[in-house]
Amino acid sequence: MKFRILSAVTLALALCPIKAGQPPSELRFCLRAEPKTFDPLMVEDGNSETIRYLTGGVLIRIDRRTQKLSPELATSWELDRKGDRIVFHLRPNVKFSDGTPFTADDVAFTMKRLMDPATHSPAADPFRSSDAPPRIAVSSPLTVSIAFGAPVAGMERLFDQVAILSARSPRKTAAVLGPYMVAEYKPGSEILLSRNPNYWKVDSKGARLPYIDQVRLDIQQNRDIELVRFRRGELDLINAVDADTFDDLARQVPHSVVDAGASLESEMMWFNQVPNAPLPAYKLAWFKSTAFRRAVSEAINRADICRIVYRGHARPAEGPVSPANQFWFNASLKPHPFDPASARRRLESDGFQFRGGRLFDRDGHQVEFSLVTNAGNHNRERIAAMLQQDLQDVGVRLNVVTLDFPSLIERITKTFNYEACLLGLTNVDLDPSAQMNVWLSSAADHQWNPNQKQPATAWEAEIDKLMRAQAAETDNTVRKRYFDRVQQIASEQAPFLYLVTKNSLTAISPNLQNASPVVLTPQAFWNIEFLRKAPAPEGTR
Amino acid sequence: MKRSQLVAALILAALFVWAMASGMSSASPQSRQFRELPDARPSRQFPLGTDDLGRDRLSRVLYATRVSLLLAPAAALMATLLAAVIGGIAGYFGGWWDKCAVAVIDLLLSLPWFFLLLAARALLPLNAPPLASLLVTYGLLSMLGWAGPARVIRAGVRRLRESEFALRARAEGCGSLRLLSRHLIPNLKPVLLAQIWTTIPVFILSEANLGLLGLSAGEPYPTWGGLLRDLQNPLSIRPEAFAPLAVIVIAVACFNLATPRGGLTT
Repeated sequence: MKFRILSAVTLALALCPIKAGQPPSELRFCLRAEPKTFDPLMVEDGNSETIRYLTGGVLIRIDRRTQKLSPELATSWELDRKGDRIVFHLRPNVKFSDGTPFTADDVAFTMKRLMDPATHSPAADPFRSSDAPPRIAVSSPLTVSIAFGAPVAGMERLFDQVAILSARSPRKTAAVLGPYMVAEYKPGSEILLSRNPNYWKVDSKGARLPYIDQVRLDIQQNRDIELVRFRRGELDLINAVDADTFDDLARQVPHSVVDAGASLESEMMWFNQVPNAPLPAYKLAWFKSTAFRRAVSEAINRADICRIVYRGHARPAEGPVSPANQFWFNASLKPHPFDPASARRRLESDGFQFRGGRLFDRDGHQVEFSLVTNAGNHNRERIAAMLQQDLQDVGVRLNVVTLDFPSLIERITKTFNYEACLLGLTNVDLDPSAQMNVWLSSAADHQWNPNQKQPATAWEAEIDKLMRAQAAETDNTVRKRYFDRVQQIASEQAPFLYLVTKNSLTAISPNLQNASPVVLTPQAFWNIEFLRKAPAPEGTR
Repeated sequence: MKRSQLVAALILAALFVWAMASGMSSASPQSRQFRELPDARPSRQFPLGTDDLGRDRLSRVLYATRVSLLLAPAAALMATLLAAVIGGIAGYFGGWWDKCAVAVIDLLLSLPWFFLLLAARALLPLNAPPLASLLVTYGLLSMLGWAGPARVIRAGVRRLRESEFALRARAEGCGSLRLLSRHLIPNLKPVLLAQIWTTIPVFILSEANLGLLGLSAGEPYPTWGGLLRDLQNPLSIRPEAFAPLAVIVIAVACFNLATPRGGLTT
C-alpha cells in the first residue's frame, strides 16, 4: 500500500510541470476589455481572439513571421485544383486538454457546427462561397475531407481562424488543443490560463511546450494604468503601444520596446461621393473629380505626419495594402508625392483658379470643405491639424470637425451628411478576398459611394470585375496579378487618400526571453509556446 | 468689497488685459506650425516651448484665455438674463406661469446636460467655422445653464413680491411693470450679479470638459480644455505643459473669490 501511494505521488510530481518549491512561471499582460465569448467559433472581438489564439488548436497556422502556412493539427493537406475541396491528414496521438483523443470526427463536428447557419459564426462567412452546406467526409480516424459548393478563395488560410472543438468531450468548448486552457475567470478582473497538460508540441530538444506555466490576463481599460504597471515590472508585455509611449518607454526602460516595422494599420481620408448625399452639387462635383482628389493628395506632406505625429514610427502609405502584407502588397506602387506645385497644376487643369491665395472652382465657389474624424483620437486630430495647414498652402480651407464615434458612424454609413472623413484602416486578414466588402461597388463598406446598383464609374466597374475574378481563381499568382491591378487603380483614382502606414510597436519586459514581435496579430506573443521568463533578481518584485 | 475679492478681481483684470494684448505681444500666431520644432523646450522665441505640432504654447494659452474670458462671461450673462426673465415671471405671477416654469426648470436640471451638449454639438452643421462652433458651444451652455439661476431668482422674486415695500407700492397704485422695473429688479441686482459670477466658472469648466474630449472649438483654435490634452500622456509631461491648467485654476478660483456676497434687501 505504501509503495502504491509513493508511486502515485512520484507520478503526480513527474506530470506536474511546476517544479516542487518553485512558484509557477507566469506571463502577465492586459486585455483592454472583457472577452465577449470563450466559444472559439463565435469570436468577433480582439480580446476573445486573444483567448482563442492562446487556447485553440488549429489545423493550419499562418506563421506570423513568414506569413506562410505551417502545419499544426494537420500534418499535411491537399487542396482540390478547383479550390472547392480540401483533404486533411491529421496528427496522430494528440489529445484535448481533458484527455479526450483528437480525431477526424472532431474536425467534422467543428466544421458542421461552424457552417450551421443557426450558429451565426463570424468565422464561417469567408467559407460561404455558395448556399449549399459543405460535404464533410471522414474516411479514417486521421483523414477528413471538406467539400464546398463553390471555390473558396484562400481557403487554407481561413483555417487559421478555426479552433477545433471536441465532438465527445463532456467539457465541450472548454476542452482545447492549444497551449493553454482557461483555469479561472473573474469577470471584470482577470483570466488565468494554465498550461494544457496534453499539448502536443515539443521543442527541438524534446521538452514539452509551452515553457511558461500560466498566463494571467488582467482586464484593464485604462492604458495609463497599464503603462505604469509595465514600468513597475508588474506586466510582461503590452501588445500595441502608440508612438509617444514607445519613445518615452525607450528612454525610461531601455531595451523594453520593439519597432517591428510597417504594420497592417494605416490612416486614410476619403471624400463623400454619394450622389444623393445632402451636399451642394458643386461640392459633389469636386469630390468626384479625380484631378481634385489627386491634387489634395499631393498637397499633403505625409513625411511630416510620419515624423511629427508618429515620431518616425510610420511611413507614407503606398496604397490599400501595407508592405507588411508580404505577398499581396504591390511593390510597384509609390506614395503620392508631396508636391504642392503639381497639386496646383492639377487643380488649374480641372478649372480651379487661385485668387488672393484662395482657391475657387470654375463657378466661383471658394474651395472649402469639412473633414470629420472621431473625437478623442489624439493622433488623428493632429493629422487633421496638419492637413489643415498643408491644404491652406494650396488655397483650400479645411474645417476639422471631431465627433463622438456613434455620431460619426451615423453620418458616414446612414445619413451621408459629411464631406470628407479621416479614419484608420486595419486589414486583419491578409487575403484580398477579405476586402471584397470594401472594393465591390455594391458593397456597404465601399465608403466613398456605397451600395451602388451599377458601378458609377468605369474604374469602379473594372475593380468589381478584378475582385470577382481573383475571388474565383485558386492560383495565387494569377490572383496577385488581378489584385495588383486593383491596387494600381486605387492609387491612380484615389477614392481613398492613404496617408501613413503605422509601424507595429510593442513593449516587452527585458525579463521575457525569446520574444520577437512581428507585425501580425498577436504581435508580441505569437510564439507564446517558446516564451520564457528569466528568473527575477532577488529582492525585486 | 473685501480684500480677497479685490485681489481676485485685479488678477482677473490683469489676466484679461494680458490675453487681449497677446495678439500684439506674442511672437507667433497660435495656429502656425513650426514643424521643425515640435515639442521644443522653452526659449526666447517660445517662452513656454512648442506643442507636439510645433505651435507656440504661450500664444495658444493666451488665445484660449482670451476666448474663455470673453465668451464664458457672455454666456453667463445670457444664461442669467434668461433665468431672470423666466424665474421673474414665475415668481411674480405665480399660478400656471409658476407651475410651467418650475416644470421646465426641473426637467432641465434632471437632464444629463453633458450628454445633451454632446448630442446638440453633433447636430451642428459640419462647415461651421471653428470660431462659430465655439460660439455655439457657449450658446448651448447658456441655453442649458439658466435653470439653476432661474430657481434662485424665482425664489427671490416671490420673497420680494410679498415684502412690505412691494405691498405698499401696489397699494399706492403701482402697476406690475413699474413694480418690476423700479422696485423688484433693482433689489434683485445682488442676486443677479452673484448668479453671473458663480455661473462663469461653471461654464469655463464645462467648456474645458468638452475641450478635453476634443469636442470644443475645432482645429486650429486652442481652448483651455483642448490644451489640457497635452497632459494626457503621463510619461512625457513637461512643467510648461501645466500652464493652461494653472491659468484655469487661477481664473476659476478668482471668479469664485470675486463673487459678490450680498443678499436681498427687503
